[in-house]
Amino acid sequence: MKAFKDSGHLFRLLAVGAAGILLFLVMRTFLVPKSFGEFGHYRGDAISDLAARPVSFAGHETCEGCHSDVLDKKKDGKHAHVNCEACHGPQAKHADDPATVQPPKLDTAVLCVRCHEANAAKPKNFPQVASADHSSGMPCDTCHQPHSPVIDSSAAGGTK
Amino acid sequence: MTISRRHMLLLLPAAAVAWKHVLAGTPESSPNYTMSQHWWGMLIDLTKCIGCGNCVRACQSENDVPDGYFRTWVERYHVTDYDIENPHVDSPDGGKKGFPPAKDESGKNFFVPKLCNHCVESPCTQVCPVGATFVSPDGVVLVDKKYCLGCRYCVQACPYGCRFINPKTETAEKCTLCYHRITKGLTTACCESCPTGARQLADLKNPSDPIHEFLKTHSVQVLKPYMATHAKVFYNGLDGSVR
Repeated sequence: MKAFKDSGHLFRLLAVGAAGILLFLVMRTFLVPKSFGEFGHYRGDAISDLAARPVSFAGHETCEGCHSDVLDKKKDGKHAHVNCEACHGPQAKHADDPATVQPPKLDTAVLCVRCHEANAAKPKNFPQVASADHSSGMPCDTCHQPHSPVIDSSAAGGTK
Repeated sequence: MTISRRHMLLLLPAAAVAWKHVLAGTPESSPNYTMSQHWWGMLIDLTKCIGCGNCVRACQSENDVPDGYFRTWVERYHVTDYDIENPHVDSPDGGKKGFPPAKDESGKNFFVPKLCNHCVESPCTQVCPVGATFVSPDGVVLVDKKYCLGCRYCVQACPYGCRFINPKTETAEKCTLCYHRITKGLTTACCESCPTGARQLADLKNPSDPIHEFLKTHSVQVLKPYMATHAKVFYNGLDGSVR
C-alpha cells in the first residue's frame, strides 16, 4: 500500500465531496417541482395553472343557447357575424347566473360610433358616418335597430 | 367540545387526506383537451380591421391587464405616397378607446393590430435563465408566474415588443392566446369581440380549420420575417411599411 501512504486527507476530501453531492441530490428532489421537465425545461404544471383561469367572455354559442330570438333577428342582417359580446361586453357571469347578474343597458350613442365613426384609416368598404352630421344628435336606435341595422322602410316613414 | 388524545389520533389521518385534496385542488379545466393535437396561431386580416379597439378592451377585461400595459394593441399607420421607410405610427392608449380622426388624410392610412406572435423559435424563451417561459406542446408561448424572477431579459429579447413587467407582480407578462379559453374550446377574447372578423384564432394542426384554405388563396406575411422567429400570427394585406 505504498501508493496510498499519507493519502488519508485525500479520502477525507473525497468523503466531503460525496456528502456534498448527496446533499445536493437530496435537496434537489425536494426543491425541484415534480412536473419540472415533463415537457421541457420548465414546470409542466404551469400549463394547467394557466388553463385553470376562469373566462369572462362566455362566447356567442353560450349566448345563443338562450337568446335564440335575437339570433333570428340578427341572422339576415348586416350584423349577423358580429358576436354578442362585441357590443354587450363580457357576460360569463350573466351566463352562469342569468337571474341575478343582468348585463348593463347599452348606450347606442357611444357604442355605434366605436365602429361606424368615419376615419380615414378604416377600410373604404366599411359603412362609416360622421355622427355629428348624420343624426344631429339623435340616438342611433331611433332609426336603426342594432341587431339588424338596415332601416325598415315602414318604420322610418317610407324613406330608405 | 374537547378533543381527547384518542380522537386526535383519529383526526390526523383525516386531516392528511383533506390536505392532500387541497393540494390537488387545481380545478380540472379541460378534460377533453390534448395538447399534442393542436398548434395554435392567429390570422389577422388587415383589410377588415376598423380600429375600434374592441380587442384591446376585451383582452384587458379577460386577462386583468393593468392600465397602460397591453397584451394586444392596435397601431395606426400613415404613409405618404412612396415613403414606406418612414411611416407615421400612432396608438393612443393602445387604441383602447378607438382613434381620433386622422391628421393627414392624404396618402395611406390603415390599422395594424399587434400581439405576441407565438414564435416557434421564440427569442424570449431562449434567454430565460430559469425556465419560466416556454413554448407549450401546442405552440403557445407562456410565462410561469411562480418561476419568473422579473429579470426582464425576455422583455428585451422580444423583437415585437410584446412583453412587459406587471407592476403588481413584478413578473413578465404577455399574451397567452387566452390559453384558459382555447383549451376549453372557446376562441380568444380578442377574436370573440372582433366585430368584423379581422382576427381569427387558427389551429394549424386541425385540417378542417379555415386557416388552411385562407393561406392557400391569399398572400399572407408575418412581422419581421428576417428575424427567423417562425412567427405564427399571419397578416393578410400587410403593408411594407409595417415594423
